[in-house]
Amino acid sequence: MLNPELKLNPKIFDLDVEQRPIRDGYGDALVELGEKNKNVVVLTADLTESTRAHKFAEKFPERFIECGVAEQNMAGIAAGLGVSGKIAFISSYATFSPGKNWETIRTTIIYNNSNVKIAGHHSGIVTGPDGATHQATEDIAIMRCLPNIKIISPCDYWEAKKATLYSAEVYGPFYVRYVRDKTPVITTEETPFRFGKIEEFWIPQTKTDKNLIAIISTGHLVYQALLAAKELEKEGIDVYVLNVHTIKPLDIEKIFEIAKKVKGIVTLEDHQVYGGMGSVISETLMNFDFQKQYGIFSLPPIKFLGLQNTFGESGTPTELIQKYGMDKEAVKQGVKQIIFKIDEKNNC
Amino acid sequence: MIEELHDEKLKFLEEKANQIRELIIDMLLEAGSGHSAGPLGMADIFSAFYFHILRHDSQNPDWPDRDRLILSNGHICPVRYAAMALAGYFPVKELKTLRKINTRLQGHPHRTTLLGVETSSGPLGEGISQAIGIAYAGILDKKDYHVYCITSDGEHQEGNTWEAYMWLGKNNLPNLTIIIDRNYIQIDGVTEDVMPLEPFKQKLESFGLHVLEIDGHNIRAFIDAIRTARSEWRRTSVIIAYTIPGKGVSFMERKFEWHGKAPNKEESKKALDELRTLEGKIISEHQ
Repeated sequence: MLNPELKLNPKIFDLDVEQRPIRDGYGDALVELGEKNKNVVVLTADLTESTRAHKFAEKFPERFIECGVAEQNMAGIAAGLGVSGKIAFISSYATFSPGKNWETIRTTIIYNNSNVKIAGHHSGIVTGPDGATHQATEDIAIMRCLPNIKIISPCDYWEAKKATLYSAEVYGPFYVRYVRDKTPVITTEETPFRFGKIEEFWIPQTKTDKNLIAIISTGHLVYQALLAAKELEKEGIDVYVLNVHTIKPLDIEKIFEIAKKVKGIVTLEDHQVYGGMGSVISETLMNFDFQKQYGIFSLPPIKFLGLQNTFGESGTPTELIQKYGMDKEAVKQGVKQIIFKIDEKNNC
Repeated sequence: MIEELHDEKLKFLEEKANQIRELIIDMLLEAGSGHSAGPLGMADIFSAFYFHILRHDSQNPDWPDRDRLILSNGHICPVRYAAMALAGYFPVKELKTLRKINTRLQGHPHRTTLLGVETSSGPLGEGISQAIGIAYAGILDKKDYHVYCITSDGEHQEGNTWEAYMWLGKNNLPNLTIIIDRNYIQIDGVTEDVMPLEPFKQKLESFGLHVLEIDGHNIRAFIDAIRTARSEWRRTSVIIAYTIPGKGVSFMERKFEWHGKAPNKEESKKALDELRTLEGKIISEHQ
């Protein structure tokens, strides 16, 4: 069942569930921040409207910096602003920023500990028709390896807005990934956003089921995880659905708490499985120091759902998440594979 | 405002430049690795900055109203460290820790480790962009600090540099002055052989920048150029400072092989002998 404590969208399972672009959460938060804090500055590299920075640009033209198609320069200027008392947001597509300008970010923002918030838009295969060049599916991998950065992957509009607002409150580099298309609104304005915490969006009927599985997801695919959970419930299979909005630092305690209870884990992300959120979970669970700290040495197996060492392609978001095994059917199948110990080739 | 440069002060600055050179040799020998040619070539300009041009306070390195000196080509940091030590930012003896474990004097500068270096740098082509950000913040905050950015000629092969110039051509920040160390060498050889930069001045001017050219070892000419740059209130100035890499040490001068090499004991002794006796190597109005 949906976790009643989190005030999630009660209409989440309706066919006409409200849909809003995650990137709008960024744009709306920027306007609020601009009004609240004169030190907030926004930069873009020729992608003002599509990164939803245009409302900020219209309201605060003197604090909006157009860099043209020059992502390295944008990162460097932001780094300079960030060490001079400003809170600088850089807006571009994640394949270009932090993709193309990664080393500039590493040196001038992260190593330099500058107060810059990197907004990676058009993340995931659901960027759709533009094709693989514009679908950022490695951004978590290239950012999570950097020391001194905080990473958030919001699941919907509201979480994106709250994450953006939160990032401005804390000094230092943040990476937040946003999605282009409308996605189902999972949370509500009232849902608490607790940075660094994994939230149980779906809780099992019984917490002692020997076949209990945890579906751990991040970003817009949390919706697919919830759909799967609801359908599995009807089939008598109990699961958790965990929303990992904070990729770094990871809520290690929660991961071990869940690992203790479940027979298996399915991770689901719109990202390469190599180096993504699933990797973070598995690295954490396999870490001897953490195992010792939490007294858990026998760990559940993990099924990794996401891009399996391949690029995406053009298509609609729905077609793409189906073809690349990230929709609710893939999740259900993954859960059953673990329970019944069968491999992918067998039908469930 | 920058004070008038009297003859006494000029002599003082030249002496400081020579002390900086000696310290560079000392610290590189101790470190056993690092860059020799670039730091020696920029000693006069760093002396001018730390002892005449900059509004700064070594005891208060994050003073909000200080002028900012951004070093884009971080590999020449020994010259900056030497100048900072002589200016009182940290004890001169600490220079011997360069590149050693637990040091504040990293092989390439790290802002959060050593206050006063303003940015972390080393990877080339990134300084001007950061200087733009710092200068722009000054304009937003109505501060009157000036931002100086020192760059190498070789790093003008980086695309990022020209992205930044293009931005400046549009936005014209008068509170930013860029200095290019035009010493014609880079790791693989002479710049014009590796990847030609000429016609350098014309390229810069075509981006809408105010370009000045001076002898980078003539401290008076350099300070005059800085004054001219600061009086240009409509746009960013770029000063191309022609320098001799390895300046002051005859066997290093103009040799690209000394770009990324530190002297051994014997070479250090020879270098220090030359520097301590000057041997006419430093052009001075008093000689």
